[in-house]
Amino acid sequence: MIEFKDVRKAFGKRVVLDDLDLVIPPGKITFIIGKSGEGKSVTIKHLMGLMHPDRGQIIVDGENITGFDEEKLRIYRRKFGMLFQNAALFDSLTVGENVIFPLREHTRMPLPAMLERVEEVLSMVGLPGIQHKYPTELSTGEKKRVGLARALVAKPKFVLYDEPTTGMDPLVSEMIDELIVQINRDVPGVSSIVISHDLKAALATAENIIMLYQGKVALAGTPDDFRHTSDPVVRQFFSGRVEGPMEFL
Amino acid sequence: MPVKTAEIAVNWLGVETTNRLVAIGRFFVYVGDVLSQTFRKAMRPALIFQQLEFIGNQSLGIILMTGFFTGAVFGLQIGGIFQIFKAEGLMGAATAKALTRELGPLMTGFLISGRVGSAMTAELSTMRVNEQIDAMEAMGVDPVNYLVVPRFIASLAIIPLLCIFFIFIGVIGAYITGVGIFKVDVGIFIEKMAQICTPSDIWDGLQKSAVFAVLIALISCRFGLLASGGAKGVGIATTNSVVTSLLAILCCDVFITYMQVKF
Repeated sequence: MIEFKDVRKAFGKRVVLDDLDLVIPPGKITFIIGKSGEGKSVTIKHLMGLMHPDRGQIIVDGENITGFDEEKLRIYRRKFGMLFQNAALFDSLTVGENVIFPLREHTRMPLPAMLERVEEVLSMVGLPGIQHKYPTELSTGEKKRVGLARALVAKPKFVLYDEPTTGMDPLVSEMIDELIVQINRDVPGVSSIVISHDLKAALATAENIIMLYQGKVALAGTPDDFRHTSDPVVRQFFSGRVEGPMEFL
Repeated sequence: MPVKTAEIAVNWLGVETTNRLVAIGRFFVYVGDVLSQTFRKAMRPALIFQQLEFIGNQSLGIILMTGFFTGAVFGLQIGGIFQIFKAEGLMGAATAKALTRELGPLMTGFLISGRVGSAMTAELSTMRVNEQIDAMEAMGVDPVNYLVVPRFIASLAIIPLLCIFFIFIGVIGAYITGVGIFKVDVGIFIEKMAQICTPSDIWDGLQKSAVFAVLIALISCRFGLLASGGAKGVGIATTNSVVTSLLAILCCDVFITYMQVKF
């Protein structure tokens, strides 16, 4: 389980996380939603230990990670697999080398076992046998799926998706959403955390949704809670109207 | 009103000075990090060989060409002056001395900074703006260990070697102009060169080259890691990295030369 307790983060005078309290349950698909600039990415970076809060606690599996030094954080980050918005594949490496990267860095698996695992995760994302290709030879959707394979290869406990469907056509978006569900169902014990603007996907895919607004949680609950809420900010966000109580920067 | 302007100016100066000092402090922390990882952590032979190939093998052509022409031109210039004093026989020695102590390390440093340093910064800054370095950090891999240390070790190993090639081919260039144009006797050319240019000259030159290698690798990688702001950011980082490397090489050259001459 992941817990943020009174987490505050400011950049200069701008407070992005304002004593944020949130809980991400284990084994579920949790969507963190909110309009741009509400601190979704900052929340994830705090969770990964890539940013440090000004105050507050981030508790992951019972451990407060805010006191970890860089060496301990590097070991802690191995619990996570992350799919970046633009996949962030290493363009000087082949698909196979990209996917095997976390295994080479952190495990002592024999090479045949690593190669077998690479083939397994590439098959899981529907791209078997493309190990020899370079990222420049792939379409945007394929890059995302290879990025996802890389995120999954070391069997992480938490898989983070940073805007997985932004800029994608509807078919690819649908496919990525299905993959998120499939992975959460097929990989035992994995928790999926998705940062997204895509409300349709959140309602269709998520088991738990957290909406951030002004550095705090505006609403946290199931998709049904969001469908039936009377909170004016949440309703405005879901209706996509400019008029309403929500403040725009 | 003038008081207000002065206050703003002093404020600005204070902020700028603080920022610069912080940047310098962070650079030294980074240097400490690179050095400690170089000596304390396991090396990555495959990545080091990749960099050796890129820095050494792919730079050899330009080093040899530049070295030859530098030696030849220096020979022509110095030979013309020595001819006035009927001392053409010393041109080989003078050229070799200049090449080993100064021109070899300096020109190699400049060439490598332009060809390799710029490429290092461009590659790392592209990785930074495309989130590849963020991905590396997210996977629990230290970018300094994976990206900087192999480049640092390879630079330190291969740039002094390139400097030796530069000096050697430069002497051949000077030999061709001396013997071919100024009709210097081959025996005198070689004898005077061996007499005046000592192994300590070569050692001093190599010391400089090693320091320049360290500067190029550290500065180029640092600018790459700190890049931001898309394609424009990559361009700015690359330009700043080359300019800073060249200035650092020149400043250190003065300092090292002073130390070598004085002690």
